[in-house]
Amino acid sequence: MDRRPVFFNLMQIQMPVGALTSIAHRVTGIVLALGVPFGVYLFELSLRDVEAFEQLVEWVRAWPFKVVVVGFVWALAHHLLAGVRHLLSDIDVGSRLLHARRSAWIVNVSAATIALLAAGALV
Amino acid sequence: MLVFVVVVLLHFVFDPPRSHGAWQGWVSKPEVGVAILVFFGALLVHAWVGLRDVILDYVQPVAVRATVLALLGFALVALGVWVAGILWRIPA
Repeated sequence: MDRRPVFFNLMQIQMPVGALTSIAHRVTGIVLALGVPFGVYLFELSLRDVEAFEQLVEWVRAWPFKVVVVGFVWALAHHLLAGVRHLLSDIDVGSRLLHARRSAWIVNVSAATIALLAAGALV
Repeated sequence: MLVFVVVVLLHFVFDPPRSHGAWQGWVSKPEVGVAILVFFGALLVHAWVGLRDVILDYVQPVAVRATVLALLGFALVALGVWVAGILWRIPA
């Protein structure tokens, strides 16, 4: 039996930036996957007929919809960038701690920047 | 998928579809339709790999795990059929 002490209070653990990037990669992946059926539904609406298309355009102009879109843009940007970072690690690019930390920061900041750009474009 | 996302984004920035007809016309181009199918194929396979890893991490009992994985597989296949059906129904 494994009797090592376990300490999982996430509020007290000081997590390195790589851990945050990694966790966010998983969370954004789940969120994006759950979003796929809704995306397919909107895709179907957009092609169904003129009325459905106009209805969709109306929705896109409403701010609650824009907030959701910006959220998904952030999730997609983070997931893509973190995924590329993981692929690079797999081929031993940037695996050393200093570089890994730096690229984790780059991923987190770039994803937030892309989300802000999307917010600016949608306002 | 990265290339697809960037290309669609550029299309929406530089030549946004302003009407149902324009949008339908763009999607019904063979190269766009094929790109959408390939993208969704890759997306659903990727969703399978990613969510399977998540399920294997958090769902331990074998029976529950098998059930959840089966439901996931069924849902992903259904999504693929749905997308193919949407593209199929676009009048040429």
